[in-house]
Amino acid sequence: MGLYAAVARGGFRRYATYRTATAAGVFTNTVFGFIIAYTYQALWAERPRLGGYDQAQALTFVWVGQALLATVALAIGGGLDELQERIRNGDIAVDLHRPADLQLWWLAADLGRAGFQLLGRGVVPMAVGALAFDLALPADPALWAAFLVSVVLAVTVGFALRYLVALTAFWLLDSAGVAVLSGLAAMFFSGMLLPLRAFPGGFGEVARLLPWASALQVPADVLLGRYEGAAVLGALAFQAGWAAALLTVGRLVQSAATRKVVVQGG
Amino acid sequence: MAESFGRAALVRHGVRAYLLIVAMWVRSTLTYRASFVIMAVGNAAGSGLEFVTILLMFSHIDTLGGFGLPEVALLCGSSATALGLADLLLGNVERLGSRVRDGTLDILLVRPAPVYVQVAADRFALRRVGRLAQAMVVLGWALTRVQVDWTPGRVVLVAAMLLSGAAIFGAIFTLGAAFQFWAQDAAQVQNSFTYGGNAMLQYPPSVFAKDLVRGATFVVPLAFVNWLPALRLMGRDDPLGLPGWVDFMGPVVAAVMCGGAALAWRAGLRGYRSTGS
Repeated sequence: MGLYAAVARGGFRRYATYRTATAAGVFTNTVFGFIIAYTYQALWAERPRLGGYDQAQALTFVWVGQALLATVALAIGGGLDELQERIRNGDIAVDLHRPADLQLWWLAADLGRAGFQLLGRGVVPMAVGALAFDLALPADPALWAAFLVSVVLAVTVGFALRYLVALTAFWLLDSAGVAVLSGLAAMFFSGMLLPLRAFPGGFGEVARLLPWASALQVPADVLLGRYEGAAVLGALAFQAGWAAALLTVGRLVQSAATRKVVVQGG
Repeated sequence: MAESFGRAALVRHGVRAYLLIVAMWVRSTLTYRASFVIMAVGNAAGSGLEFVTILLMFSHIDTLGGFGLPEVALLCGSSATALGLADLLLGNVERLGSRVRDGTLDILLVRPAPVYVQVAADRFALRRVGRLAQAMVVLGWALTRVQVDWTPGRVVLVAAMLLSGAAIFGAIFTLGAAFQFWAQDAAQVQNSFTYGGNAMLQYPPSVFAKDLVRGATFVVPLAFVNWLPALRLMGRDDPLGLPGWVDFMGPVVAAVMCGGAALAWRAGLRGYRSTGS
């Protein structure tokens, strides 16, 4: 356990090193936040209460999305392209000999990374958004606590998905294409482009059951108080269920890969 | 040798070098054909999803900021086409920061071709034709649906809009790259103006706060990429109430931007000190 805590600390510190990149990222998230917020303002002015959100809630959704974009690492990358590269060039053979669990090691590193990005990339855009727009941020500390748990689960689901993508490199060698397609699915089905509750009819309902909903839709809804009382636990259980399922699949795929696939150069 | 002759030869040499490097990367890309197809499709789908978002919005509404779907599609398609062209031709100048960081820019300095050309053609990403193709499909659809009384002048206006839009985005890419000579890790900042600008230009200016539109007109002149010419084409007033001739200033603005970008690039390159020095 101490080992993985150390790995997580290392992940945090590693990303904390790049201050200019962090500042540039904060700037970009803030600019995008403004642009999307204005378009949502126009949309919700035209259709008040679309998806059951009032205007302030819709705008809060935007800024939660920008705050979590880097944290849950929806788009490609987020450190796991390095794992992909190690599989491609064969270094993975060394990793598999280490007295540590491969999946837990990378999960710990990813949680550390996410922890830094939540603080470094999330807080400032959120604060700017709250200053510039009328947001529906809750005063209840219990909701914020539930939100934080939900974010941790969101990161875990995001990690489990990206880990699976990285493992495809065992068979495909170049899994950049898979990474792009999975990144696009994540952007769209997480609610980053439009809240899933604003997706039309049955399509929206299906989208809300997919794993990507855990990445933004559920944490945002938790913060916005869309779940009353015990329903919050149901929402967190939904995320935890996907996290457990995807991590298990990851382990199965990993054991299949290490049993059957000859490492590059081996 | 006459000065003008020397300059023309220099330009010819630069273009030739650009095409040679691009051809090399295209050959290398096409070696992994399946990978290339997936990446190109992914690239098209990436910008396609932005348009799908707009379609989803219009499944709930008829007009956004007073604009119907074909009109918003025209803004979307024109901005994405301009960005797609710039991104395809010289989008990789944004990789300059990593070259400065690890010192590999030095290699480019000793080669007998302009550094800018080498950086722009570096790892030429043919997959970006995906975004361009997707954008042109949306633009084509919009042009057939929008109520415009077509005259030769208006056709020229559309062509000039796309080309000067691409030049403006290209200048921003170059300015961003020049900025990275100093701020090596700040590649993200230019994304705010290129991809972020594109995200903004997809929507009618009436959606945004006046100050934001002013900033996008007078500070970073993104409004000339498509807002002003497209509004003129559709017979709409611009929200700032600028005089009519401003709508046709796109090529001039593009030329000024490119000139400024060239100066910034030269200043950056002159100030470059290799890593470790």
